Amino acid sequence: MSGPVVQLVSIVKRFGSALAVDRVSVDIQPGEFFSLLGPSGCGKTTTLRLIAGFESADAGDILISGERVNDRRPYERGVGMVFQSYALFPHLSVARNVAFGLEQRKIAKAEIPGRVNRALELVRLDPATYADRMPAQLSGGQRQRVALARALVLEPRILLLDEPLGALDLKLRKEMQLELKALNRSLGITFIYVTHDQEEALTMSDRIAVMDSGRIAQLGTPAAVYENPRTAFVASFIGASNFLSGMAESLGDRRWRLVGRHGTLVVRAEPGVMVEAGREVRIAIRPEWMDLFPPDQIPAGENAVPGTVQEVIYLGETIHVLVALDPGDVVTVALRNEGQLIKPVPWTRGSRVAVAWLPEDCQVLEPDA
Amino acid sequence: MSRRRRVLAWFAARPNASGYALLAPGMIWLLLFFLAPIALMLAYSAMKRGLYGGVEPGFTLEHYRRFFDPLYLDILLRTILWSFVCTVLCLVIGYPVAYVVARAGRWRQWLLFLVVLPFWTSFLVRMFAMIFLLRDSGFINGVLLRVGLIHEPVALLYTPFAVMLGLVYGFLPLMILPIYASLEKLDVALLEAAEVLGATPWARFTRVIFPLSLPGVVAGSLLTFIPALGSFVTSDLLGGAKQVMIGNLIQNQFTVARNWPFGSAAAFVLMGVVLVAVVGYLRRRDAGDFVG
Repeated sequence: MSGPVVQLVSIVKRFGSALAVDRVSVDIQPGEFFSLLGPSGCGKTTTLRLIAGFESADAGDILISGERVNDRRPYERGVGMVFQSYALFPHLSVARNVAFGLEQRKIAKAEIPGRVNRALELVRLDPATYADRMPAQLSGGQRQRVALARALVLEPRILLLDEPLGALDLKLRKEMQLELKALNRSLGITFIYVTHDQEEALTMSDRIAVMDSGRIAQLGTPAAVYENPRTAFVASFIGASNFLSGMAESLGDRRWRLVGRHGTLVVRAEPGVMVEAGREVRIAIRPEWMDLFPPDQIPAGENAVPGTVQEVIYLGETIHVLVALDPGDVVTVALRNEGQLIKPVPWTRGSRVAVAWLPEDCQVLEPDA
Repeated sequence: MSRRRRVLAWFAARPNASGYALLAPGMIWLLLFFLAPIALMLAYSAMKRGLYGGVEPGFTLEHYRRFFDPLYLDILLRTILWSFVCTVLCLVIGYPVAYVVARAGRWRQWLLFLVVLPFWTSFLVRMFAMIFLLRDSGFINGVLLRVGLIHEPVALLYTPFAVMLGLVYGFLPLMILPIYASLEKLDVALLEAAEVLGATPWARFTRVIFPLSLPGVVAGSLLTFIPALGSFVTSDLLGGAKQVMIGNLIQNQFTVARNWPFGSAAAFVLMGVVLVAVVGYLRRRDAGDFVG
């Protein structure tokens, strides 16, 4: 069937007086890799647990394949779940762990070993080697794979993943990210993925819901949330941003002049971003959207703020230049490393520079909710 | 160099020495007050009986032979049976209690406090309290008479029932606490994982909760069974002369009967039973017989 596989309609969840999930609405499409991203306590895990059925919503509807499932038990919802702690049964072997769901669902005994083996192969664990091992004999990455196989063996329509890679080291995490993405594509299962790691969300997701204080602050593709963050929260939580502000004066056609302590800046707002003339407006500028020029060579049409280089940081792929703007704030400018031994950046500590960017290379922000 | 520094340097030069030094107090204590008396008793159990207590020189296995007389063997078998029944009753009563306490959230500390509360009074006092409950003019008979359910007191005291009640009452906390400890550690995510995989509440208990609480069940069972085997206060006070357990027999040999060698022999037979039971139990557990 077509249409969203999961629909959250204005769901609310309270824990005592604390509002954990505040009127969250979202449609998740079949086969989508959907991430709930946010800092701890933003409501992302609670939202996932509401979909799984471990928590019950105080208001709103949860629909799976068009049917309201608010009152259904977790196993009646057709979802699989991978837990942050893996939650493997420590007293059962790998094969018994994977077989657990099949046994509970009264699948024919003869069918079970074959399905267990296929599930293990799917997550690239050799059944001959691993089937009889106990969870305690596995590495973190292997446990993660068993947890995945245990959920996938039941062929769920939806796989819920609660920070499943949090405990793995960086290299393994990167590897698993690509594998999860590949599984999502090849199996056609909808993945709903909770993470606080913005890079992880950007790498894997088709769409990301950035959550803040129980609400969805922004929903969109990785490129949309990174390149067009709508609020200061999103701009600072995903990637790094420099923030400047000024009093808005309309220039027409979504262009605004901001007059503030850094002089006059010209910016262009994205469609739909509400700006009120005469009010203080904040803008976010990604470090890589800015460039540095000698103060007397500012390109025409660009915003430019004078300042003094405070620090030059070598990061390999990029060079970060910290510039103290004349009226105080420090901004970070990321320059592409074109080979410091061949073509070094001309700036050193104390250099006088102008930080410049184009009016469209910045993001006019709405006030945080 | 100060003395302290000389001592530290001595230990630094001998990496194993600090381990032995830490073990020494416990080892010396056990050697003096556990192993030595046991060795002494072992020797006594194979010596001749002294006329006024104590022993006289000479080697004999007569006391062991005497113990396997049906009279004494019955007492041993009854003791084993009662201890076993007591352990099973404690498990059946104690497991649900431990489960509730482990899941009680903020009430947990208080419930745990209530479980441990009986330990604040001496075992002896608690058994005397049972007498006041059970005797003919006691609380239970009083209430039953007043309500009119019975017309004359029911004999509760000095029955096997009274002994079992006392044993279960006395040892129940020792069963609850280890089971509580293993249930309290149980990761809630395991239960959620089982639930989303389709396990019913009963399957969650039999397939996940109970197997994972087995270490607590084993510890609790041993902590109940072993002291029950050796108990004598309960059967003495609540069972009267008719419900003798092996603990009473041993105590009696050392006090009233003044037959130290026979008391020692009986004590060693009891130790043998405990050893066989514990080793057998632990080996079966390690072989995985109990794990579902």
